[in-house]
Order: sequence, then structure tokens, then C-alpha cells
Amino acid sequence: MTRFAKLLLGAALGLAVAAQAQAQSKGELHIYNWTDYTSPELVKKFSEETGIKVTVDTYDSNETLLAKLKSGAAGYDIAVASHDFVQILSREGLIQKIHAAKLQGYGNMETRWQNPAWDPGNEYSIPYDWGTTSFGYDTAVYTKPVDSLKTFYEPPAELKGKIGMFGSPTEVMSLALVYLGKPQCNSNPADLKAVSALLEKQKPFVKLYNSDGIQDRMAAGETVAHQVWSGDFRRARAQKASLKFLFAKEGGIAWMDNMVVPTHAPNVENAKLFMEFLLKPENSGLHSTFSGYPTAVKGAEKFTDQAVATAPEYLPPKDWKYTFAPSCDEKAIRAYDRIWTKLRQ
Amino acid sequence: MNRLRSLLLLAPSMLTIGIFMAVPMLVALAYSFMTSSPYGGVQMPFSVGAYVQMLYDEDFDGVQVFTPDYLMIILRSVVLAGLTTLACLAVAFPAAWFIVCRPPRQRQLLLFLVSLPFWINTLIRTYCWVLLLRDEGLINHLFEGAGAIDEPLPLLYNDGAILLGLIYTFLPFMVLPIYSTLERVDHRLIEAAYDLYASRRLVFRRILWPLARPGVAAGALLVFAPALGSFLAPDLLGGGRKLLIGSLIQLEFTSGRNWPFGSAIAVLVSAAVLIAMLVQARRGRSAAELAA
Amino acid sequence: MSQRTFNWRHMPGGRSLMTGLLLFLYAPLAILVIYAFNSSRIVTVWGGFSTRWFQLVLDNPDIRRTAYTSIVVAIAATILATTFAVAAVLALERGKLPGLRGTAEGLIALPLVVPEIVVAITTLVFFSAIGLKLGAGNLIVAHTVFCIPFALLPMRARLRDMGQSAENAARDLYASEWRVFRRITFPLLGPAIASGAMLAFVTSLDDFIISMMVSDAGTTTLPVYVYGMMRVGVTPEVNAVSAILLGVSLLLVMAALLLTGRKPAAH
Repeated sequence: MTRFAKLLLGAALGLAVAAQAQAQSKGELHIYNWTDYTSPELVKKFSEETGIKVTVDTYDSNETLLAKLKSGAAGYDIAVASHDFVQILSREGLIQKIHAAKLQGYGNMETRWQNPAWDPGNEYSIPYDWGTTSFGYDTAVYTKPVDSLKTFYEPPAELKGKIGMFGSPTEVMSLALVYLGKPQCNSNPADLKAVSALLEKQKPFVKLYNSDGIQDRMAAGETVAHQVWSGDFRRARAQKASLKFLFAKEGGIAWMDNMVVPTHAPNVENAKLFMEFLLKPENSGLHSTFSGYPTAVKGAEKFTDQAVATAPEYLPPKDWKYTFAPSCDEKAIRAYDRIWTKLRQ
Repeated sequence: MNRLRSLLLLAPSMLTIGIFMAVPMLVALAYSFMTSSPYGGVQMPFSVGAYVQMLYDEDFDGVQVFTPDYLMIILRSVVLAGLTTLACLAVAFPAAWFIVCRPPRQRQLLLFLVSLPFWINTLIRTYCWVLLLRDEGLINHLFEGAGAIDEPLPLLYNDGAILLGLIYTFLPFMVLPIYSTLERVDHRLIEAAYDLYASRRLVFRRILWPLARPGVAAGALLVFAPALGSFLAPDLLGGGRKLLIGSLIQLEFTSGRNWPFGSAIAVLVSAAVLIAMLVQARRGRSAAELAA
Repeated sequence: MSQRTFNWRHMPGGRSLMTGLLLFLYAPLAILVIYAFNSSRIVTVWGGFSTRWFQLVLDNPDIRRTAYTSIVVAIAATILATTFAVAAVLALERGKLPGLRGTAEGLIALPLVVPEIVVAITTLVFFSAIGLKLGAGNLIVAHTVFCIPFALLPMRARLRDMGQSAENAARDLYASEWRVFRRITFPLLGPAIASGAMLAFVTSLDDFIISMMVSDAGTTTLPVYVYGMMRVGVTPEVNAVSAILLGVSLLLVMAALLLTGRKPAAH
């Protein structure tokens, strides 16, 4: 029995070790990204050009990424993080400096995205793609003209139980703060009370709080309006032409997803190769076609599916204000958490 | 078999579960007495703040005030898990008795059919109900097709949908232990009772129920405990409108960035479950034994 | 009167209750499978029979890779958990454990009753505290823990049912403990071990919350991937991959049952 057990034990450990060894051999690249956010075609092209074997793992939120990196999950060479999390990850020492400005093709990036506020000098990160957050609604069901976020935060009776909101506290708070005209990362008691009261009052009109499956709900008509990312909404509109993305007079939220290199990444050079690869307009266009979001690379739109490149969701009015919500300090986060649990208690 | 050999045989399982399950729970216990770091994780000094927070939280002005929110979430989870347990019991008891009354071959088949869904991925079983209950789902389509309704009924994203999902997930856990106690009931007792003109209700109340109580208790624990911390049903079927303990724990470890508080709630849930287990173990057979 | 006495097994409404129960348990699964064969892109509109979503799923390299990871982890966890469980069940049913039996049983039942989310997060916290970085090994360790009780269930039932007479007879004929195990207990227990192993395998294949938390680079499992797909939206691919997972689980559990010739979790 013991010999038998040893044999089995050995076999099992062998499997584990084999899997481990495989992860660390040369010529590999491990990408950690959101589900459905990495173009298989792009990965294939990269592998063919460089001979590097690419593996993609997926996560469901920035918070999972942070928790995983904090817990010491190793082996990822590139992770994709939103701009506010780039700040957190670098402050926590979980990602390493890559001096992206020295990468070949850095100049291909539009100047407005070089040297961003969340990562001065692009020391840690390079843009992946970007989008805006607002509300989208079905003009066939809600036929009145909409120019303000008021329609969805203080909705008319006909929208009762028909609105979808995001499922993450920070994103719900940041757009609510834009509507109220208050600064982001707020810990001013009066403002927090105002946000809390606004969301409490909105709740009877909200069908659900969930950031996933929005395309599906909007296309199927299960929600009439939804807080939504521009690209997600474009996909929904492709299925239902009466959908419209709102560029509200109060403004909106913008975000940038970025490629970063975790501190203990085994294949830093391959990670940089992949970044340089994505800085080429033709590859950036390929990525944009798949993800459905614009990238920061000049000329990428020429290589992007025109349905994406010319989508109305990406063409805001010239004077439309958008805010990149920064990462907030503990005080604001704690307050957001309070509002969020109170809202759903 | 001597004692040493017994211990050696038991050791691998005990060590595995002990090190990788019991110890992590102790680590969580330790974390619950620490202070949160700004971006998740814990730091010194030790503090009971996480436990205080369950009742007294800072309001927006930074003043400690009595906060019923977390109590409400815990209470709702307990009520929902309790309702799940009761509903499972109401279906499982007669079902188990019905199976016991069948001829042996049929018994095996029925038990097999009842326990089979348990082995299918919970995620997929919960997802099935999304397909059925959504506005564009089968049930609403059928009703609309029959002309019974004009507007789709809001079946999904409410407590009822969560309850349904929980009952669906945990029902087999209730049938099996009850069956295994009912199966051992001596038929002669029942026949004697009938001979003495006992009604069906009386037979149930005086014979079946008392004899099945250990099975009911085991089933209740096996349903109540996982239902209390369930995460999938509230997430997929509840639409996040109301928090339950499972989602609250997850929230505190992720966007809430308050690991000590998340740990404290996890500790509370685990402690409640462990106490229930101990009480049962003292009363007689363990839950695991009856599930087997 | 005598008729009433002999008819106590008759339960009014029992048949319809059982029919309703089975319908409740199986109708949703059946509908999922039917939807998976729907050729229409829109999940809820029937567009004719088609297997194209299965084709799409089988061609998806991510699904193939995550399925491979899931299978490797499940095999390793099954081997470990089954081996440990065989040893533990012998100790519990045939050994002498004065004063320890209660603790041992409680510990083994722990993974059955502690909510999964608690296990997932405490395991992540613990792995990070001790710096355990074994790649797929992390998953194998975590899965082994919760597979043990499931592997144990059928073996324990079998050992109880078969009694000790054969073993005692062999001992009377001066067989050593090892010989008794190898020639009597093990062969008699064989089918139950196989059945326990399959239950452990299915349990490992099903897990998702714990896997999501403890997986390392390159070790995303299939259920974690499928959860990601479900979050993106209700699509025909999700239905197809779910139907495949469902089919695999059903086949394995049925095989486990045929091997033991009796029901798995039921006594």
C-alpha cells in the first residue's frame, strides 16, 4: 500500500512540477487579462513573428488582479490594468519599471496619451485601449430627447425597474459624482451624503447592479437604460439599432486600460516585445477590431474594422468633458464601501 | 489494527485538511484582529475594529454610530438560508418517505435520479435558471405565447429567484440523510400503529418524525451551512440588488479593500457552522456520516 | 381494516410529488441542453437544430487549454484524495482510534460544511502568507482538500455493508494484516474506491470559486473560464460548453454508480 501510495504521490507531484517547469521555460509570454479582451488572431500573429508561445489567463476585475498580485501569484509577464490601478500597483511595488518611453514605436502613440497623469513618463505602463463610461438607452422605448444624466439618476416613472447599473462601487460613485458636479475621490461628508441620497432614491428604478452581460440585456430589451462602457454598448447597438449612447452635458468618465509588467515577471523582454508589437498601427488596429475599443496608437484606425473605427460611441461632441477617475485614498474607498453596502443592505 | 497504524493511516487526510483548511481559517481569524492596509492586505497593530464595525461604523462625518446595515445583511442571509432549509425539508421529507415505500429496485433508481444533479457543476445549474427566468426566458415566452401576460414578469433579480436557486442547488443534501434514517425505521412499528387505529398524521408525528430527526438535523446542516455563504445564486440570480454574507465577504476582500472586516465576517459564519456541527456531533451521529 | 394495514406503503399524492420533484430537478438541465443545439445566435429564439456551437467550442484554443488544466488538476487531486481517503477509511472503520474518532470525522466533514467562499478566500490568504507558488500545484493542493470527503463517502458505506467476517476468517487462518488487506479488503473495496475516485474527479472538475482564487499563471481552469464567458453574456457558446461539462459529469457519475452497483451519496 505504501509503495503504491508513494508511486501515486510521485506521479501527482510530477504533474505539478511539469506544469511549473512548462511555465518558466524560455520563449514564453504569460498574459493576464480580462475575459474576452485578448484577440486570438493578434496572439497568433505575434507568435508567428517572434516564435514566442503565448498563454492567456483571465480575471474578472481589477480587484481580483490586485488580490492575485498581492498574494504573490507569479508567472504573469503582462497584466492589463485600468489607469487607476496602475497607480495602486506601482505604489504597492507589484509592477516594475519598464521605461515604456524607450520602447520602439513609442512615438506612434498619440501625444495626448503620452506621459499620462497616472504614470508620469510612462515608466510603468503603456496604453492598451481606452473608452468612456456613461449611460446608453433604447430610443425606441424611451422616446423623449435626453441630454442629461438626470434622466437616469432621477428617472421619470416610466423607467421604474428598467435601469441597469454597474456592479462595482467605484464606477457607480465616480459617474454619480460627475452628475452632481462634485470632485472625484471625495471624502467630504456633505458630498458623500448627497451621493448616498441620490443612489437610494434611484434604487427603485434600478433592475440590477451588474457590470456583466450588458450587451445582452440591452439587445434583449431587459433593461431600457444601462450604465455602460462605450465599447460594450457599441456591440449592443450592433444588435439593436435603436440604442443610443449618451454624451451628457454634465460630462462623463473616461478610463484607459494599460499593459504593465508584474514585479516578478519571468519573461520581461518578451513582454516588451509584445508591447512594441502592439505599438505598430496594423497590430493595434487588429486589437481594436477585436476588443471594440479605440487604442492610443496613431493610424490604427486605418487597420480597424470601420464599424468600430467610426462608431458614434467613440465620437463625442468636441467640447464634451470627460474625467479620468484617479485611484482614491483609503478614506474615500471606505466611504464608498459604506454607501455601497448601505444601498444594498 | 493497532493504534499507531490507525493513526498513520489517518494522518495524510488529517494533515492535508488540517494544514490547508483548518490553518487557513486560523489565519483568517488572526487577520480579523488586525488593521487593514490602504490597498488590501493587513498590517499591525492588533485591533478589534473589524468586529466593532459590524455594529458601530463611522458615518460620513467620521463619527462612530450604530449601523444596522451589516446586521441586516447577516439577518437576511440567515432568513434566506433558513427558508431554503425549510423548503427543502418540506419537499424532501415526503419525497424520501415515498422512496422508502417503493420496491427496492425502484428505490435505487429514484435515489439515483434525485442525487444525480448534485454532481453537475453548480455554476451551470444556477445558469439554467437564468435561461428560464429572464425577461426573454422560456417561462416568460410561454406565458406571452399563451397570451396570459403582455409585459414580461420580473422573475429574475429578486430574493425569490435567489431562494429558488438555493433550493435547486441543495435539495439533494436534504433528501439523502432523511432517506437513510427513514429506511431504517422498523416496518412493524408502523404496522402496529395502524393496527391500533393511528391516523397517518399520528404515525408521522409519533413514529416517523422522531425517528427521522437525526437525518433531518444532518440535512438541515448540510443545506443551511452552504446556503448561508452562497455566492453564485445571489450573484447570478439576485442581480446584486441586495447583499448577502457571501457577496459581502467577497466585496470586502476586493473593492472594499478591508480584509480584516471580510475575515471577521468569514470567521463569524464559520464559527456558527462549526458550533452547529459540534452540537450535532454531541447529539449523536455527525452530519457527514449521515450524508454518506 | 386489513387492507389499510397492508397499504401503509401507499402514500396519497406521492407519485405526483415525485414526478414534480424530478421535473423540477431535470427540466432546467434539459432546457439548457436543448438550447445548446439551437442554431440561432439569439439564445431564446429557436432557429433549428445545429451542432455548430459545439464545433466553435471545441475549436476555441482557450477552452481546450483550460480544459486540459482542469483535467490535469482533477487527475492529480483525485489520485491524492483517493489514496488518502482509502487510508483514512481503513483507520476509521477498522482501526482503533480511542477518543480521536470524533475529531477526525469533524475535520473530514469540514470541507462539506464551510461555505466555499470562506474556503476560497482563507486559502488564498494562507497561500500568500506562506508564499506557496507551485503553479498547478496550488490548485492540486486546494482541490485535494475538498475531494477527500467525497472520495471517502462510497468507501465508508462499502466497508460498513460488507462487515468484517471475511477479514476475520482470513485472520483466523493466520493471514498477516497486509495480506488481509491485499487479498480480502482491497478487492472487496475496489469498486467503492473506483467510485470514490470518480466522485472526487467530478468534484474537482466542478469547483470554480476556490479555483478562481488560488490559480496561478497558466492555470486557469475550465469552470473559471466559463464563468468569465457567462459574465460577458448569455451566448450559445456558453450553452454548448455547459452542455459538454454536464454530459461529462453525468457519464462519470453513472460509471461510478455502475461500478459499485449502488447509489453514490446515499448511504
